[in-house]
Amino acid sequence: MYLKNLTLFQFKNHSESDYIFNEKINCFVGNNGVGKTNILDAIHYLSFTKSYFNYIDSQNIQFKNDFFMIKGNFIKNENNEEIQCNFDNNSGKIIKKNKKKYKKFSEHIGQYPLIIISPTDSNLILEGSEIRRKYLDSSISQYKKGYLQTLINYNKVLKQRNFLLKQFFERNYFDEIILERYNNEMIKYAEIIYEERKSFINKLSLVFNKYYSIISDAQENVSITYHSQLNENNINTLLKNSLSKDRVSQRTSTGIHKDDIIFNMNEYPIKKIGSQGQQKSFLIALKLAQYDFISNKIGYKPIILLDDIFDKLDDKRVKQLVSFTNDGFFGQVFITDTHQKRCEDILNSTKVEFKLIKIN
Amino acid sequence: MEFPSELVKNAVEQLSTLPGVGKRSALRLALHLLKKDKDQVEKFGYSFINLINNINYCKECFTISDSDLCKVCSNQNRDKSIICVVEDIRIMMAIENTMQFKGVYHVLGGLISPMDGISPNDLKIDELIEKVNEGIATEVIFALSSTMEGDTTNYYLYKKLKDKDIKVSSIARGIAIGDELEYTDEVTLGTALSSRLPYSDNIKTN
Repeated sequence: MYLKNLTLFQFKNHSESDYIFNEKINCFVGNNGVGKTNILDAIHYLSFTKSYFNYIDSQNIQFKNDFFMIKGNFIKNENNEEIQCNFDNNSGKIIKKNKKKYKKFSEHIGQYPLIIISPTDSNLILEGSEIRRKYLDSSISQYKKGYLQTLINYNKVLKQRNFLLKQFFERNYFDEIILERYNNEMIKYAEIIYEERKSFINKLSLVFNKYYSIISDAQENVSITYHSQLNENNINTLLKNSLSKDRVSQRTSTGIHKDDIIFNMNEYPIKKIGSQGQQKSFLIALKLAQYDFISNKIGYKPIILLDDIFDKLDDKRVKQLVSFTNDGFFGQVFITDTHQKRCEDILNSTKVEFKLIKIN
Repeated sequence: MEFPSELVKNAVEQLSTLPGVGKRSALRLALHLLKKDKDQVEKFGYSFINLINNINYCKECFTISDSDLCKVCSNQNRDKSIICVVEDIRIMMAIENTMQFKGVYHVLGGLISPMDGISPNDLKIDELIEKVNEGIATEVIFALSSTMEGDTTNYYLYKKLKDKDIKVSSIARGIAIGDELEYTDEVTLGTALSSRLPYSDNIKTN
């Protein structure tokens, strides 16, 4: 699978841009602020129906305009599939595949799997657990059909249950039957999501160390572990035990919406003890492990976006990373870099064909 | 939006409280009303005042009705032992249009949804149970939407009615008539498969 071309219209700083891509490596070069990363983000839109950097669609419209359009043709199993994403301040977002509108965006996600490595990934280590759950979910949605819908359903029941708890409190009543109904629904969805997340992290952690040592050369012992209340107890028991607490706080305090991933180095949180370099290596290793796992799972290569990666790593690691394309580890690659010379030198050292696209 | 007139502003604000009507459409509607004959617009306005002042609900089934008993409940030929539970009058009208149903209705007035502030007490649920307790009913049919709110209401009603000596059923869920299986989503197809019917039933109804 690869992306053949891309058209942007009023997207971020691109008034009107057209690109044709190579099946292997594509490198966008240009100065800061010319919109290299925005091209990657547009590709991200076609895969995930949203931006990687800014979830608020209206803020991705070019200044002073009121809509944007992104269009691209993917070649998948030798078929040409046109994906278009429109966002308009008045009518909202529309995703079309071969000119046909999707009713649910969740049906689109996973058809054109993609992994991005970007400087903003550091948020995965630094920020709260929500971003790590999002990471889990977007990763799983790349290979597991129906996962996102299950998650949407879970979140809807959770919302209803929270409002119910609030209603119990405010109107001073209690209704066993409705609560039981929402509990049953939550249990049904939570168990599916839990198993899926657990198996994803378990399998990821098997290859994670290998990629960390390739990227970092170092001997630190790194690990990723899935943290969930469901590891200790089944969700049914959790909900029962926390009921009195939930009724007071008017919120559901247990469930998979409290999950987290623990990133450790030598048994301690990498957030606390890892140097910046170690954290960067950690995140790249995580993404590579994810790439490896998803490729195996789906049987073909996801697209990979490498945003500003040459600035983050020394030459030796960059060569290591680029050599992955030689081995056929990567499928189609998109790279951004500010230094044309550096980029060309690195890519010339690989034997893979590449296309340099200058952005002004 | 800035308005040159307070009167227009008021009208726009009122019109835009309607579902699906934004400020722009509201302005268009308000200006349209101004173009019409004064009589006609007065009639238009009074129709809503009359509606809100004189609206009446059927004492039996709680549907909107001009008299104490609605046309269905006052019809001697309707079978009072079969009660079809619906969300609101729209669903009742839709089922009436099928001309398949000879029983009576019970209009809940909504579906259980804490998110929208609707609890069982806000719906005509106790009234349904009272009606069943009277002993005339032999079957209650749930004809509620196949959404989380509909299913929650189904579950709640079922729990309340399961020990009564009546049959409790729900309308069938599955493939829409004329649909191609290829384009049916997995949940619907799965439900249709697990709640499949003997083919002989098909022949009878068609």
